[in-house]
Amino acid sequence: MKSTRIFPKVTRRVLLSGVVGLAVLSGLPAFAEDTIKIGLVAALSGQSAKSGEAITRGLTIAIDEINEKGGVLGKPLELVSRDDESNPGKGLVAARELVQREGVAALIGGLDTPVSFAIVPFANQSKVPFVGPWAAGTGITKNGAEENYVFRVSAVDEYVDEAITEYLISNYGSKKPGMILINNPWGESNEKGLLKALEKRGMEHAGIEKFESNDVDVVPQLTRLKENGADGLFVVANVAPTAQVVKSLDRMGWDVPMASHWGPSGGRFTELAGKSGEKLHFIQTYLFNEGDPKGEAMFAKLQETFPEIETMADVTPATGIANAYDAMLLLAAAIDKAGSTDGPAIRQAMYEIENIEGLIKTYTDPFSPEDQDAIAPGDYVFAHFVEGEIIPIKK
Amino acid sequence: MTLLIAALVTGIGLGSMYGLIALGFQITYSVSSTVNFAQGSVVMLGAVLGYVFTERLAINWMVAYPLAILCCGLFGILVEMLLVRPFVERKSEAWLMATVAGGIFLDNAVLFTFGNEPRSLSSPLAQSAWQFAGTGIYPQQLLIPLAAVGVALALHFLFRKTLQGRALLAVVQNTQAARLMGINTTLMVSGSFAISAMLAGCAGLLIAPLFSVHSDMGTLFGLKAFAVAILGGMTSASGVMLAGFIFGVTEALVTAYLGSSSTYIVVFGLVILALTLKPDGLFGRPAVKKV
Repeated sequence: MKSTRIFPKVTRRVLLSGVVGLAVLSGLPAFAEDTIKIGLVAALSGQSAKSGEAITRGLTIAIDEINEKGGVLGKPLELVSRDDESNPGKGLVAARELVQREGVAALIGGLDTPVSFAIVPFANQSKVPFVGPWAAGTGITKNGAEENYVFRVSAVDEYVDEAITEYLISNYGSKKPGMILINNPWGESNEKGLLKALEKRGMEHAGIEKFESNDVDVVPQLTRLKENGADGLFVVANVAPTAQVVKSLDRMGWDVPMASHWGPSGGRFTELAGKSGEKLHFIQTYLFNEGDPKGEAMFAKLQETFPEIETMADVTPATGIANAYDAMLLLAAAIDKAGSTDGPAIRQAMYEIENIEGLIKTYTDPFSPEDQDAIAPGDYVFAHFVEGEIIPIKK
Repeated sequence: MTLLIAALVTGIGLGSMYGLIALGFQITYSVSSTVNFAQGSVVMLGAVLGYVFTERLAINWMVAYPLAILCCGLFGILVEMLLVRPFVERKSEAWLMATVAGGIFLDNAVLFTFGNEPRSLSSPLAQSAWQFAGTGIYPQQLLIPLAAVGVALALHFLFRKTLQGRALLAVVQNTQAARLMGINTTLMVSGSFAISAMLAGCAGLLIAPLFSVHSDMGTLFGLKAFAVAILGGMTSASGVMLAGFIFGVTEALVTAYLGSSSTYIVVFGLVILALTLKPDGLFGRPAVKKV
C-alpha cells in the first residue's frame, strides 16, 4: 500500500526547529505588542481581598485616564493581574510569570509584606521596577540592593510607628504605652519601629504582647499590659484580629487611648468590633471625604467605572485606591521620561519625576536612591470609623 | 489577682468549647473507631449557616439555629456515608485523609459562596459585659460552659436511659454481636457522626458572637479539640469534657503569666508530656485486646 503524507516536504528537522522556535518565542517578551503591559500581583481573594480590590480600582482609573490621553510612548497601558492569595510563594511565581511570559514593563503589588519580601530579590535581579502600593514593611524598599528597583507609594512601618508614637504622646500625654501586636513578621517589623520611636524619646513601655490572628480572646494579654500601667496602646493587626482586641477591651471595661497602624481600614471593622471600634484611631495615607474637588472627581469616576459603588462606605479602603492611582501615575511618568520600557532606564527616570499631581499630593522628586518611598510621615492622616465610614479625626 | 480571674474566665469559656467539639470526636470514635477530621470545618459551617439564616434570610434565631445545627448533622451523615464507610468496608485507613480532605473542601466551598470577608454574628448576650474584680464577662461566655455541660448530661441520659442509646453502647462493646441481636449498626454509626457534627455546629454558633464568622475560623478549633480528645482519652465523655477545661485554662494561664509568645510551645509541650506519661489519655482506659 502506498503511504500518504499530509505534508510530504516537511522533514523531521523542520518540524523540530518549528517547535523550538515556538517555545523560544512564547518564552520571550513579545516586542511587537501594541500595548505596554503593567503586571499586578496582589491578594484578590482571601482576607485581604477588599484591599486588593481597592488597588485594582485605583490602577484601573489611572490607566483609563492615561489611555484617554493617548497612553504612554504612543501605546495604551494594559493591566495584567495575578492573585497571590497572600501567599509569598504564589506571589513570586506570579511575578516571574508576568515578567517572563507576559513581558510586563513593571510590577505593581505585593499587598502583604511577606509577599513583597519574596518578590523584591527577583525584581532586583531581573531589573524590573516593582512599585508597592500597600505593604508597609520597612525592609521592602530598604532592601540593601546595590541597584534597587523597588519603590513604594504607601505607608512605611518605621514612619508609621514614629507617627503613632507622636500621636499618643501629643494627644493623650501618654508616658508608658503598651504594644499589642499580631504574631507575624509585620508585627515584628513594627515592634522594632515602635521601640526605636520610644527610645528616641527616652520613654519606657508597659510591655510587648503578641496574639494570633485566630485568637478569640486577648483579655489575658491586655490585662498584663493594664497591670503594668499602660496608659495607651499601640495596635498592629489586620481587621478581624484588631476587632478581637477591641472586643476584649470592651469586656474588660478598659477605656484606653489606642493608636493603630492602618490594619482595620481593610474591611468591615465596626461590624466586627461593635460601637467601641470607633474609639480606635488609625493612620491613613488618604481619605475621600475631605471635601476636596480632586477627591470628589475621583469618586465620581469610580462610580462611573464600577457601578456597584454607591456610597463612600463602598470605597474603603481609600488608601489602597489612592496609593495605587498615584503609583500608576508616577510609573507612567517614568516610562514616558525613560522613552522605553527598559527596566534600568525606567528606574533612572523614577529619580527624575517632576510635578505629577496625584490624589495624595503633588509629587516632585518623590524618589531618590537613598529614599525610594514617596510618602513621608507628614503625609499621614489619622482617622476612625463612624457608622461604617472612615472619617478623619478632627484636630 | 485580676490577671488570674481574667485568665480563668477566658480559659473556662474556651475550654468548654474545645470540650464540646472534642465530645464529637469521642462519640464517633467510641462507636466506630473512626473520627471526622473535618470537625473544625463543621464548627465553621454552624457559624456560617447561623449567620446566613439570621442575617441574610432574616429567619428568627429560634428557627434558624436549630436548622443550622440540623444541617451540620446532615453534613456529618454525608461525611460518614461518602468519606468513611467506603474505606472502612475495605479495611483501609484512608478515611483519615478523606475526612481531612472533606474539611478542606468545605472550607473552600464556603470561601467561594459565602465570601472572604469576616462577618459578625450578633447576639444580645455579647453586647455588654458584667464587670467584676477588675475584669468582665459576657453572658455569652457563661452560656458556653452551661451548654457544654448540658449537652454532656443529655448524652449521658441518651446512652443510659433510651433504647437507641443502649443500642449505641452495644455497638461500642461488640459490633458483630450487636448486629446479630438485630441492631442496625450502620444506622448507629451514621447517627454517631450526625450527633458529632451537630455538637460542632452548636459550638460554632456559641462562639461566633465572641469571634467573627469566616471560612477558616474552624481549623484551629478542630486541631485543639482533637488534642483535647486525645488528652481526655478518647473513650470517656466526662474525661474529654474535663480535658477541655484543663486545656483551655492552661492555655489562658500560660498566656497571662508567661506571655503569649510561649503559649503554644508550653501548652502543646504539656500535651506531649501528658501523653508520654499516660498514653491512653488522662482519663482513658487502656484498650483491651482479646486474643
